[in-house]
Amino acid sequence: MNEFIEKKPGENEATGTFIGGIKDAVPTMIGYISIGIAAGVVGAASNLSVLEVGLLSLMVYAGAAQFIICALLAAGSPPYAIIFTTFIVNLRLFLLNMALAPSFSRYTLFRNIRLGALVTDETFGVASGKLLAKEQISDRWMSGLNIAAYISWVLACMAGAAFEKWIANPQVLGLDFALTAMFVALLVLQIQNGQTGKLKLYLTLVIMVVLSMFVLCAFFPSYIAIILSTVVVATFGVLMDR
Amino acid sequence: MSVNLSVFLVIFGCALVTFLPRVLPFILVRNYKMPAALSKWLSFIPVCIFTALIVNSFLVKEGNTVNVDWTVVAAIIPALLAAIYKKNLSLTVIVGIISMAVVRFFA
Repeated sequence: MNEFIEKKPGENEATGTFIGGIKDAVPTMIGYISIGIAAGVVGAASNLSVLEVGLLSLMVYAGAAQFIICALLAAGSPPYAIIFTTFIVNLRLFLLNMALAPSFSRYTLFRNIRLGALVTDETFGVASGKLLAKEQISDRWMSGLNIAAYISWVLACMAGAAFEKWIANPQVLGLDFALTAMFVALLVLQIQNGQTGKLKLYLTLVIMVVLSMFVLCAFFPSYIAIILSTVVVATFGVLMDR
Repeated sequence: MSVNLSVFLVIFGCALVTFLPRVLPFILVRNYKMPAALSKWLSFIPVCIFTALIVNSFLVKEGNTVNVDWTVVAAIIPALLAAIYKKNLSLTVIVGIISMAVVRFFA
């Protein structure tokens, strides 16, 4: 590579190529393989076949929701209740994608739909971390990130379901903590790469979310507490940031 | 290896209600200039949501009282230090997994 060749925005190796996206997906993949196996074990324990677990992870592709769907199916909940709960649990993705979508508006509608369909908490976190560091991200990079994460999730879920009987309690190894650790890293990345001079504001928001989660979790299921805390505290953020 | 029809329909419905919130923003945001206040609000969403997801991982609900799972908090601390000082996602995830395993071994 000749460093004097002028590169178009989003054309650099790190955030311009499909391979670059796959490389940036590695931490997400570690998390997904760990949690995916656990999700597959839970699915099989809820009397789903390997194929059903595969379809669930292929079509829904959302970790927290999949655990809840399995629990509700096992409990014999009515379909409309399961589907409505899934909708509420995944509404959070609407908020995330509202923040991410403007970076891809230069691409075609079809490409946008394809990119949006595979965004998760984690791939969103990786992408918005790049954006905060003022790096241009391209559609190919985002596809690489999305697809690497997607494939590792689906395969891990199916492996978990297939080998359910042989897998010891995944909690023993600490693997179930992988995604929490990932969220910790993504939060730190957001705060470190955020606008300078806003550290105090960000830390105030963090404390407010912690407090509101404690209060709201006493009254609501946790997935509702997550959305409510986020919406309310982000609004305070706008009011305080003058 | 079989797929029960009613299970498939539940999966299909869940897939639809997950697909819509994922994809709608990518359709809506085109040709729409966001007001400054909205884009500022959206800029605070990641910090809030990641904090909420972390807190969710250590809250345990028993009846109407909310308790803290201190083993999870204990594992978060090394992960937090790794994230702050090493700025590396993979490393933080691995440090987190090992910390959780160590905490559980002694807890």
